[in-house]
Amino acid sequence: MGIFTEQLINGLTLGSIYALIALGYTMVYGIMRLINFAHGELFMLGAYVGFTLLMSQFATGAGPGLLLLAVVVLAAMIAVALVGVTVERVAYRPLRHSHRLTAVVSALGASILLQNAAMLLWGKRYQAYPVEFVPAGRFELLGVHFTAMQLIILATALFLMLALYFFVQRTAIGMAIRATAIDHDTARLMGIDINQIIRLVFVIGPALGAAAGVMIGLYYRQIHYTMGWAYGLKAFTAAIMGGIGNIPGAMVGGLLLGVLEMLGAGYVSSAWKDAFVFIILIGLLILRPHGLLGERVAEKV
Amino acid sequence: MNKPYLRWIVYAVLLAGLIAFPRVASRYWTDVAVFFGIYVILGLSLNLILGEVGLFNMGHAAFFAIGAYTTAILSTQYGVPLAWLFPLSGIVAGLFAYVVTRPIIHLRGDYLLIVTIGLNEIIRIALINNPWGLTGGPNGLLVLDRFTLFGWSARTPADFYYLTWGFIVLIVIALVRLQNSRIGRAWNYVREDEVAAAAMGIDVRWAKSLAFTLGAGLAGAAGTLYAAKIRIISPDSFTFSESVILFTIVVLGGLGSIPGVIVAAGALMVLPEIFRDFMEYRMLVFGAAMIVMMIFRPQGLWPSRRWVRELETETTPGSAGSPPKPGAAAPAARSDA
Repeated sequence: MGIFTEQLINGLTLGSIYALIALGYTMVYGIMRLINFAHGELFMLGAYVGFTLLMSQFATGAGPGLLLLAVVVLAAMIAVALVGVTVERVAYRPLRHSHRLTAVVSALGASILLQNAAMLLWGKRYQAYPVEFVPAGRFELLGVHFTAMQLIILATALFLMLALYFFVQRTAIGMAIRATAIDHDTARLMGIDINQIIRLVFVIGPALGAAAGVMIGLYYRQIHYTMGWAYGLKAFTAAIMGGIGNIPGAMVGGLLLGVLEMLGAGYVSSAWKDAFVFIILIGLLILRPHGLLGERVAEKV
Repeated sequence: MNKPYLRWIVYAVLLAGLIAFPRVASRYWTDVAVFFGIYVILGLSLNLILGEVGLFNMGHAAFFAIGAYTTAILSTQYGVPLAWLFPLSGIVAGLFAYVVTRPIIHLRGDYLLIVTIGLNEIIRIALINNPWGLTGGPNGLLVLDRFTLFGWSARTPADFYYLTWGFIVLIVIALVRLQNSRIGRAWNYVREDEVAAAAMGIDVRWAKSLAFTLGAGLAGAAGTLYAAKIRIISPDSFTFSESVILFTIVVLGGLGSIPGVIVAAGALMVLPEIFRDFMEYRMLVFGAAMIVMMIFRPQGLWPSRRWVRELETETTPGSAGSPPKPGAAAPAARSDA
């Protein structure tokens, strides 16, 4: 007990947020073979949209309430999904058939653009996140202590991940997504509208990222316009760890990364914890080049 | 440019303009030209790795940092003259790159990209955490020595200008020679098709390793110039966004194109100086410009001739649904993901 379980719970909470962001990276990568560098920024926008809603007239006076939080998260998800679809339409679609490095640079440009747009809209300072809407309290489950916040984050993240998993595995649209990920041309021959699928992926990914953004705001109680890059990089690392393009892999990778980071911060050194994450990534890629759950993809020619 | 003498006239005019510039321009613009020059060297060094061999290195600032910190540490603590450190930092950065990229050199495309980003972050975090009291932590280090070569020492912006651009002229000549050599052609071959290159007897690992070592070495030497010029170096100068700018310079210029790198570095360094008045919106415009440039000029501002020839043969009908070939790792991943 003690420090270990505490860091484990902290790690699982953080890891479930990483996993939500990582899903956006991995789905876009699975469909388009593109690292969506703007995804971290979409996550950050989600945090800011949630912030604006919670600070607005709409939320004032309301006490702690899960319904209010659910509405805010949903609104942030919708708003950011719209931005995500726009980014795809403007910055990625015209480059779908050009050299992949041009798409990478375009993605970096979109990331810089969104980050600076957020800076101009919400200011350069850290913003304190309103957390009074979250029920306070601690719980004990099997001798492990949770805060209400951690429980809400874990439950929401788990719900979203399961919903996505069943959507992709059990529905016709999910099957179309999987087919598109395997082969665009064949999928098109089967009557799948590739553009619709890509648009859908740019709705789901950013929406999950936005939910993660609100969670990070509530969990760490402050947000900044540059945070998208730091969390985005971690989440992308998680996606690679799990095997990029693989949806359960992103979930496993996210949780694993969160736990490793928190254990590293607890036992080794918190100043080095970010370096620790990348050292593990490099080690993993040397031993298992396609991630934990990744299929052997890149080496087939 | 079919007539060879025309080409030499262009070179002569360019060289004369290069020499005359600090006599005409203000100190401020001479300074801008020095930093522009440092970015040209960095861009050219990354071009060896990313442009010539197609290795996605998005952590190039790490090698630049190794060079700059080697300079600062050896100069302030051991009194090594900066002129010696110029090659020495290059060697240290090159060796560092050789050692750290050995286990990851086989990684393809985006995997290499994320690992190099990670490498950049590890270096930056290490510099901030001040290992063995060497790096001065977040505040960085001061460089007190002056760059002195055969009794001539660099003091004014014009001195640094001649030092930087003199070095650029030398390395451009060397790089053009390298491009047309066996090594340069082997690099391009590896970029286009690793398996075929290996089948033709090219040691792919060696070719990649060499590119990383040379590119990092050149970036390390640029680190000495930077440290000598700016005189205070801190981890903030070697962040991921620095690597992103270098990456953009190479892609925007046109992969494998030396004039392209110079033009793109100019666009990225000098244009923001001109638009200084719009400080707040500068980066917003910068991001938008990156997207627009990639959409309207995907081949780069000044694509290399070899590259153009390849692009022309690429556009065959029937390939509309799948990405074009030069991605190397992309088509392999596409069919059986």
